Amino acid sequence: MAGWWKRHPYYLWYMLREASCVFITAYALILLWGLRRLAQGEGPFEDWLESLGTPGSLAFHALALPVVLYHAWTWFKVMPKTLPDTRLPAAAIVAGGVAASAACSAALLVAVWWFGLWSVP
Amino acid sequence: MKRSNKPIFWALFGAGGMLSALVGPMLIFITGLAVPLGWLDRETMRYERVLAFAQSGAGKLAIVAVISLFLFHGCHRMYHCLHDFGIHVGRGLKAAFHGFAAAGTVAAIVLVLAV
Amino acid sequence: MTRTIRIECLRYHPETDAEPRLQAYEVPFTDDMSVLQGLQYIKDHLDGSLTFRWSCRMAICGSCGQMVNGVPRLGCETFLREFWPGTVRVEPLEHFPIVRDLAIDQSDFLAKLESVKPYLVQKAPPAGENTNLQAPEEMQAYYRYSKCINYLLCYAACPQYGLNPAFTGPAALTLLHRYNADSRDAGRAQRMPVVNQEDGVWGCTLVGYCSEVCPKDVDPARAVNQNKVNSTLDYFKHFLFPRAKEKS
Repeated sequence: MAGWWKRHPYYLWYMLREASCVFITAYALILLWGLRRLAQGEGPFEDWLESLGTPGSLAFHALALPVVLYHAWTWFKVMPKTLPDTRLPAAAIVAGGVAASAACSAALLVAVWWFGLWSVP
Repeated sequence: MKRSNKPIFWALFGAGGMLSALVGPMLIFITGLAVPLGWLDRETMRYERVLAFAQSGAGKLAIVAVISLFLFHGCHRMYHCLHDFGIHVGRGLKAAFHGFAAAGTVAAIVLVLAV
Repeated sequence: MTRTIRIECLRYHPETDAEPRLQAYEVPFTDDMSVLQGLQYIKDHLDGSLTFRWSCRMAICGSCGQMVNGVPRLGCETFLREFWPGTVRVEPLEHFPIVRDLAIDQSDFLAKLESVKPYLVQKAPPAGENTNLQAPEEMQAYYRYSKCINYLLCYAACPQYGLNPAFTGPAALTLLHRYNADSRDAGRAQRMPVVNQEDGVWGCTLVGYCSEVCPKDVDPARAVNQNKVNSTLDYFKHFLFPRAKEKS
């Protein structure tokens, strides 16, 4: 079975999907580290914010974004198989998932944006 | 036939997978790219503002949910990945992956309660 | 119009050969000839020792599943014209021991199939009737899964079965679900232990290729993954009410 994922492109896409876990785990650890810096006070937190702007961090996030997007797409694509039997057509379930994700993302961006523009410290 | 204890970890994996599919890309975009690069106002993630968020009940819940569920999702998939690469994952290593996610969860809870 | 195509067959005689080898044949074919007919031509005209299984030659018997250029397919509904002027490589289904040449040993699958009780565990018909009636929507709950006829293409497509042969696998779990989902059946409690074990549904990582290669559109990945939900509910029910009797 060595190298089985090279036998068919289908398996390669599967492996990419599975590899997204590395980025999701690393991202959670970055946030956890930021939370620790936040608890330590303003100076340490500003240092953490500063570190997010380093080339290494930017490169990581630039790579993580498409991979996690791919994870999201595959997550909704298999939803017709993972949800209990419904009468809904598969395409409707996938479209519903994608729409929910788009709505959550838009809401998040608007909240942060709005928060960023008008909130008074 | 021995009953597997996977349901617990699969439920956490599923919850993390769903959450990361819904908000993961946008979170990565905001905190990892848009704010550091100045596409979004740097003020968005200023100390006082993030602190205020982390001090609110909903903020604490959101922070713990994202960190904990992302970790459980990622760690569960990671040991499956090892198996896919033909590396035999024994009980010990499996426990280590889930233990790591659990430890991260505890750390996140302790920290949100501390801020 | 008759053209000629090169068919490479895996040859292996476990009792005498040290290892499998590929043997090539030049086969004349017409547009309407399947890979199975190509193999039959070889056996009739070129090499009578080539061994392969077949029966119905119309995609209902489940005998002629093979790896065709690395993809699990039915020899009878795969046409040679698709590959010309290239070569067709025919090998036995992945992950199974070879009996001879293209014929695989299905014993492992048959034992698993038996373990899921793939038949109606009958409950007594309602009083005064001697049959269990079923509404069309009750039939819809399992009909799709009942179309599985054990081609085993899904097993050849499943890397998890290849990595861990103890995994119950797509078709057996699908047929398990087919009977659990049947309103006339009372065997659920007997089948859940197979679902719940580590090598039951939990051996699956939803690669999903099984559903891609299934020639009957059974969607085994769906049947297996729905049972992850069922197994999880069963687990927490068992955890919360350890003494509750399993409902059928």
